[in-house]
Amino acid sequence: MPEIAFLLNGETVRLADPAPTRSLLDWLRESRRLTGTKEGCNEGDCGACTVMVTDVRGSRALNACLLFLPQLDGKALRTVEGLSGPDGEPHPVQQAMIDHHGSQCGFCTPGIVMSLAAAHLNGESDYDAALAGNLCRCTGYAPILRAAHAAADHPVPNWMQADLAAVSDPSFFWPEISSGGLAAGERGADSPPASGAFRPATSDELAGWYQAHPEATLIAGATDVGLWVTKQLRDLAPVAFLNGCADLREVEVSETEIRLGAGVTIAELGAVMAEFHPSFAAMIGRFASAQVRAVATVGGNIANGSPIGDTPPALIALGARLHLRRGEARREIALEDFFLDYGRQDRAPGEFVEAVTLPRQPDRLRVYKLSKRFDQDISAVCGAFNLTICNGRVEAARIAFGGMAGVPKRARAVEAAITGKPWHEETLAAANGAWARDFAPLSDMRASAGYRLAAARNMLSRCFLEDLGAAINVLEVRA
Amino acid sequence: MSVTRPLPHDAARLHVTGEARYVDDIPVPGDGLHLAFGLSTIARGGIVEMDLSAVRAAPGVVAVLTAEDLPFANDVSAAAHDEPLLAQGEVFYCGQPLFLVAAESHIAARKAARLGKLRYREKPAILTIDEALAANSRFEGGPLIWSRGDAAAAIAGAAHAIEGVIETGGQEHFYLEGQVALALPQEGGDMMVHASTQHPTEIQHKVAEALGVPMHAVRVETRRMGGAFGGKESQGNALAVAAAVAAALTGRPCKMRYDRDDDMVITGKRHDFRIAYRAGFDGAGRLAGVEFVHYARCGWAQDLSLPVADRAMLHADNAYLLPAVRIESHRLKTHTQSATAFRGFGGPQGMVGIERVMDHVAHRLGLDPLEVRRRNFYPGAGGGLSAPRSPAASPPEDISGQKKEPGVTPYGQVVEDFVLHEMVTALEESSEYAARRAAVAEWNAAHPVLKRGIALTPVKFGISFTLTHLNQAGALVHVYQDGSIHLNHGGTEMGQGLFQKVAQVAASAFGVGMEAVKITATDTAKVPNTSATAASSGSDLNGLAVKAACDEIRDRVAAHLAGRFQTEPRKVHFEAGKVFVGGEEMRFAEAVRSAYEARVSLSATGFYKTPKLAWDRVRGVGRPFFYFAYGAAVSEVVIDTLTGEHRILRADILHDAGASLNPALDIGQVEGGYVQGAGWLTTEELVWDGKGRLMTHAPSTYKIPACSDRPDIFNVALWQNENREETIYRSKAVGEPPFMLGISVLMALSDAVAACGPGYPALDAPATPERVLAAVNRVARG
Repeated sequence: MPEIAFLLNGETVRLADPAPTRSLLDWLRESRRLTGTKEGCNEGDCGACTVMVTDVRGSRALNACLLFLPQLDGKALRTVEGLSGPDGEPHPVQQAMIDHHGSQCGFCTPGIVMSLAAAHLNGESDYDAALAGNLCRCTGYAPILRAAHAAADHPVPNWMQADLAAVSDPSFFWPEISSGGLAAGERGADSPPASGAFRPATSDELAGWYQAHPEATLIAGATDVGLWVTKQLRDLAPVAFLNGCADLREVEVSETEIRLGAGVTIAELGAVMAEFHPSFAAMIGRFASAQVRAVATVGGNIANGSPIGDTPPALIALGARLHLRRGEARREIALEDFFLDYGRQDRAPGEFVEAVTLPRQPDRLRVYKLSKRFDQDISAVCGAFNLTICNGRVEAARIAFGGMAGVPKRARAVEAAITGKPWHEETLAAANGAWARDFAPLSDMRASAGYRLAAARNMLSRCFLEDLGAAINVLEVRA
Repeated sequence: MSVTRPLPHDAARLHVTGEARYVDDIPVPGDGLHLAFGLSTIARGGIVEMDLSAVRAAPGVVAVLTAEDLPFANDVSAAAHDEPLLAQGEVFYCGQPLFLVAAESHIAARKAARLGKLRYREKPAILTIDEALAANSRFEGGPLIWSRGDAAAAIAGAAHAIEGVIETGGQEHFYLEGQVALALPQEGGDMMVHASTQHPTEIQHKVAEALGVPMHAVRVETRRMGGAFGGKESQGNALAVAAAVAAALTGRPCKMRYDRDDDMVITGKRHDFRIAYRAGFDGAGRLAGVEFVHYARCGWAQDLSLPVADRAMLHADNAYLLPAVRIESHRLKTHTQSATAFRGFGGPQGMVGIERVMDHVAHRLGLDPLEVRRRNFYPGAGGGLSAPRSPAASPPEDISGQKKEPGVTPYGQVVEDFVLHEMVTALEESSEYAARRAAVAEWNAAHPVLKRGIALTPVKFGISFTLTHLNQAGALVHVYQDGSIHLNHGGTEMGQGLFQKVAQVAASAFGVGMEAVKITATDTAKVPNTSATAASSGSDLNGLAVKAACDEIRDRVAAHLAGRFQTEPRKVHFEAGKVFVGGEEMRFAEAVRSAYEARVSLSATGFYKTPKLAWDRVRGVGRPFFYFAYGAAVSEVVIDTLTGEHRILRADILHDAGASLNPALDIGQVEGGYVQGAGWLTTEELVWDGKGRLMTHAPSTYKIPACSDRPDIFNVALWQNENREETIYRSKAVGEPPFMLGISVLMALSDAVAACGPGYPALDAPATPERVLAAVNRVARG
């Protein structure tokens, strides 16, 4: 593959032929001897490898273990070694971590510092959210929070502005390009490679290439595919990196629908849903971690076909339509119909998810995620309820679950059992038998089948009790 | 004085800049090799065939070793010689190392290690406590039984009795830095090993055995660990031995670092326990007799399971005087990872047993569990019930006659330093326990879906290795002629701040600033025959060893200066970077230079052994502990009765660190210990499938507390109180005890569940949402 270029702690790095699926973490530690960035889990769950990546959209904390080198093209990377000022002056976050005893063993610390530095730069003060993807086993987090609050009193150091300034200049890496935009996108597509990676600049380029290479692996955020490399030790070639396809990242809101490009990140989805369906947005706040949400995509969360992906239940409950494309051929299906069976989707070879659309509607959606840990955990059960109650009756119901079957699945028997009935406890009780017709969940390490079924049923009761005004959310209780 | 100052961790600046060097960060010479184990995929059986041709043919592979290729000992056990480095014909758990790959890169080694073709003759695996009991599969023959008085008779004669069972799950250490070791071959067959270990001497010992050389030919260095928590007491042996053997055979540096999933699959965890109990008590909740039966699931090898199970028995009383008690302990052998040391070392499990009894007794009698706990406390330090007690706490049917025999544990040690009456009273007030308990009840009456709970639980934790000879430590101190000080001791730094505390001791001894003291890596060539940094003993043992060395040098310098200035050595003072001799004063460096020129030795070793210990573990009688460390916590929680989800809303902690050497570091241990203990009892669940495969082998499926899991309100204070025993500056050990403050969370959850109906919650741990919901339903049924 052709040369990529990015900034590393302020210095330009050009790599002529990067291995397409070498992780940034391995490259930093092994090739650059930048060992401040740590490997804690190599699967994006611990955050010890957190680095800061800046592009024209801004700066974000990301997991270096789940980033492939080509994804960095045209961006600015800052590691813990590059966080202090040019004369060695500590970043306010670093100083506060020292002053407030925020490190003990120190192994998670570089990642924590980078996450907090990104939050500091972006003026974010929800530190639980910023740090959900950074595990610390020593401190119990309290001193880290004290450090975060203390650092917030200090301005962003001027050296932290340099990355954004650099990547905002389109000619920075590629002086021959005179017009604006991101490097990969503006340089045009690579010629289809024999063995390496393809980086299309538009979905049209992707469509043509993928039709010709249906065996290829498509990589958007790499938060799932990354594990195929780091844990399953698979060779993925050929691969295509989708992050150059700017048109896949578009969000369009019209009077009738919301269209989300497949490349829209989970973080961007959360921002959209905060306006239209706040309960969905609240659940997205518990979807993986800030590092993952910043790069993971809506398309990826659907296309990987997981029965426990957290966006499909809510999207199905909202009546989402899935837009698929193969070459020039496009088709549209109900999202729930995409998921045929465990590990099997209605997707032809060479066909990819282009977008998902949601009908505009009054917000009635409630999304409940159930897991052993609130933040950064995979759902045991994720339930989405879109109920229309009119004059005390259930006029319409769309209910969908993750974790209850081999696929994200609608609760059609339950929907039928309550539709047209009074919105009342007796209706819920009468619907009890419907649950077993809809679902025969598995027992696994996340939950038993019996618990999943009971909890799913109770989630409908929770909807009802919430309508009655009962407090139903332990996350909203304060001492 | 540097001691008592809340200084930051010695490496804080290195941590936040990424400069702190861990074993995997050490530059390796260019020809270094990387290692990986091929692992068993079954839990038990014979190896019929091991075809490693594809492994050998894989890209980058330099060597592949099996048990037959090992030159000397094939053993990485802590003591029992029952843990082969590589399986020898038989496998005993799923994840057991079978063969060793050495390759040009970490990834090449990992890829090749998966290419082994194994054929097994599978045998039925013993996985659970019940299966082990049925098969009588155990360590140490039958159960160990300790008793004091006639518990059965006391229970039979009591006005009330309860019985029950509590299960507590194991716990993965999840040190952020996985296991790692690097071996560098030296001239003449010597070996240098960098290991992430709490026990460099044991690594040295096992490597020497494996290489067939004396211990003097092996040097082990440990600068720091990225967390350990007991998981690097014995579990690093395999990596260090593998690296050393491969390095010896290839003549090249060899590094072994487990991938996180491999680490979780291969290494041992906290013992899961089942504890059956019976208790007899009066109408005020005062215990007359208690019986416990402990069932500890130890895994396939003995490792440290015997002392772990012993310590569980030693903490079956926690803070309570048990007039008659019988403790029976079964150490069960299963075909799972060999359970190992983990912060608390069995203490937490034993303590959960008696705290469950207290909770159960209170529920039966309809009393506030805190009152029941208090009524059963050991007598106060003065020998009587010295703490202020409200009249309500002493009902007419007072049977304090039983407490005439003051403060003796089930194993016969007199509890001389019991401070929990005062501490609990102080905590009860500062946390507003009584008002909040009433508020919780009121809130619960108004809320149908969510319920709150609150609980105060105490901790009394015995300090000393129960294997008495381990209670020793050494130090090596050099003072250079410029006045700078090189400090070395046998303790290891795993994040707890030991190095800084000990450096504070050294700086205080010489009356110099901290910048004068260089903290150096633990090194078996500097201080020999060290004990593991474990049992919370790090600063107690090494602090006094270092002080002995420093005092020795200081006394030599003082004697020299006294002679030079015609005064007495006792009139020479070391303070504020200066030395005062009679009317003279000079900089410390000048004093040292003067001593050097007078040919005074400025290097000394120090040694310390804990006094007063005498312990017979088989009979369960004696004084295993030098002293006890205390603490108490109030936790308030909320549960969702529809799903079982729950949160900790507030925690208030008062912890006894004696006269703290460094309050900032000690508070860090308390906060971190509490959250880790709460994690053990709530979100952290280990799940094996029916084939003995660990299903929760990564942070995606095994959930340690995340940032938002800490309590919103988290008040932590130290109970400043000089240790009555002569410890280093009268401080107390603080590594493990705070872990058990997390038990208050389980008891608060029990309290919340109890608000859902008449039944007793009998909540097992980890109290996942699923277990909490099951308990809610149980309670509601009555």
